[in-house]
Amino acid sequence: MGADSAKGRDTRRRGVGRVVPPVGPRALAKVPFVELADGRLRGVVSSGSDIERVYVSSIVAGTHEYSCGTNNNRPCGGLTGTGLCNHLRALVDAAVLQYGGGRVARYLRVDGAEDAMSADDVVSRMRGQRARLEAASVFSGFLRHLGYLELPDVALPVPELDWFPAGRAVL
Amino acid sequence: MLATQLDALAGAASAGVAEAFALVDGFDDALVEGLGRLDAVRGDALTALAGAVAATPMGPAVRDAAEKVLAGSVTDEALVTLAGARAAVLGAAHDAVLAGFDGALGRARLDWDPAGEPAVAPRPPGREPALAGCRSWLRELAVTGWRGVDEDVVSSSAQARQAVLAEPGLRRLAVLLDGLAAELRASGQAGTASGPPVRRWADLWARAQLLAWRGDWSPPAGPAGGQGAGLVSGRLLPLGVEVAEHDTAARVQVHAVLEPAAEGGVDGRPRLVRTGVTVAKVDTLVGPALWRLFADYPVLLGALAEHRALEIADMVSLGSGDLVWREDAARLGDAADPFVTARVRLAEAVAPAPAPLDRHPVRIAEPVLVEGYTTASDEATQTLTFDLAGTALVVEADPTVDPASSLGPLTPALLAASSACLGLLRWDDGRWWLRPLAAQAVVKRKPVTAHAGDWALGATDPKIAKARAKNGDAVAVLRERAGRLLRR
Repeated sequence: MGADSAKGRDTRRRGVGRVVPPVGPRALAKVPFVELADGRLRGVVSSGSDIERVYVSSIVAGTHEYSCGTNNNRPCGGLTGTGLCNHLRALVDAAVLQYGGGRVARYLRVDGAEDAMSADDVVSRMRGQRARLEAASVFSGFLRHLGYLELPDVALPVPELDWFPAGRAVL
Repeated sequence: MLATQLDALAGAASAGVAEAFALVDGFDDALVEGLGRLDAVRGDALTALAGAVAATPMGPAVRDAAEKVLAGSVTDEALVTLAGARAAVLGAAHDAVLAGFDGALGRARLDWDPAGEPAVAPRPPGREPALAGCRSWLRELAVTGWRGVDEDVVSSSAQARQAVLAEPGLRRLAVLLDGLAAELRASGQAGTASGPPVRRWADLWARAQLLAWRGDWSPPAGPAGGQGAGLVSGRLLPLGVEVAEHDTAARVQVHAVLEPAAEGGVDGRPRLVRTGVTVAKVDTLVGPALWRLFADYPVLLGALAEHRALEIADMVSLGSGDLVWREDAARLGDAADPFVTARVRLAEAVAPAPAPLDRHPVRIAEPVLVEGYTTASDEATQTLTFDLAGTALVVEADPTVDPASSLGPLTPALLAASSACLGLLRWDDGRWWLRPLAAQAVVKRKPVTAHAGDWALGATDPKIAKARAKNGDAVAVLRERAGRLLRR
């Protein structure tokens, strides 16, 4: 994007075109929800062993403090003092798939963040400790997210969407 | 569209259009560093914008607004007035560009008839706090400038955006602000070393500013919204569909020729119309999952996937050429090949007048059939162009992606091999672009026709359908997982 983009065209005066590509499609059963918000990578992760169970997981940008547990504040059993549990790991994987490694790494402010980063690169550069569980904020983020699916459809014109054509082309 | 028409179009740079954009560019550049930090050059740009509309009824108000901002007093009223001046200048540019198109193509267009439009609904009380919240955020953006926007500034919009989302009559504003906020957030993280998209963000900001002043200017919703004169019946022949989307909204918009039933119509001539539906979504619903969001509209999607006509009865028609889609006012008709419709009916179809407040060059999207061209792909810049007897037309082809994650079969390779293309002619950044809706090509010595809406009811290619099936129904998965979380 911008004046000196790799493609060499000045796109500052373009009205229509994406600034960032849409998130990549991914299966949602394992990690139904991921967001980069409130200074955290956070989301909802399905239990690997029990279909009934869902975890809320979160990693703080900058400090990389992490937490994982059920929504009634029971800590995740896989969480030891020394590293990420499977749920947190799945959260990072999904985030990298969805937003791209560079965006996740920059948001978390890991050392040497760059576009080509894999989930492994991101995890290996994290320096945080286990921290207090923050289920409520992850929970409310997920509910706000789901709230969109309940909004009524609109049959009247929405001309504003003329600025947002579908596709992966980026300015 | 003939080569001579495109040639006329390319040469039809209307007087004043470049000057109009220069004025707008000056204002837009001021938003990069913010109106809170105006230098002499940026200040002159504001004065120039005010000067351009000096002779209009809004002249004195815009001059006052510019002076206020120059003096450091950035009020909501001053901002919406400047946004209005910018919109007025772009409206004039829109009119000139569209007149150039109509002249080159010989397209007949209706004049705007204020009498035929249902009255704008009286403003429901109680919206003002939500609108004020949005204006406050838009003011912060304007003062800060694109370069100063960080995650905190973007996050501070969350409450205001939730509030407008909760007001059904303010969805246009909500959709727009969600789109702008997502772009600001994403590119903030990516760094803005290569510079912000100046025109685009100013467009979005200015439009939001206007929508946040008194609310939406759409006519009242619902089948009873229009007077009797606003109802149409007849046969709708789709030309193609375009899909628009960002993280939290998706829209299908069908461009079609309407053959009005006996009593309606303009001297019995067919009309160019649009219809469609906008739905809310979440960011993980992308690619093929988008079509499933419109599963409640099997008649509309069926016409797209099966290339059928639609018989409509008493559907609300707006003066802007938009039909307010209702599944129960439509049924699937006979087979109708969009290429045949374009060849037989498009030239005589009468185009609608643009709605006065929506006049903006980005709104220009005129259906055309292009034939007799040679194609050229530039690998380095990833651009595809159609050359009509020496005049080039840039094609908006999506970069090649995994077909399992695309919306339809209209690939860049197919477009590059095409000999006829049905598309929308658009005007952006000083030139014409073609957004393809359908193409006829010869691939491996076999004729192939592909339409943007071919996969509206699911992929027709079994391999792709299978690849998609493994991700399941995304909406159902989300709801099921949410249920588990809520119960515990």
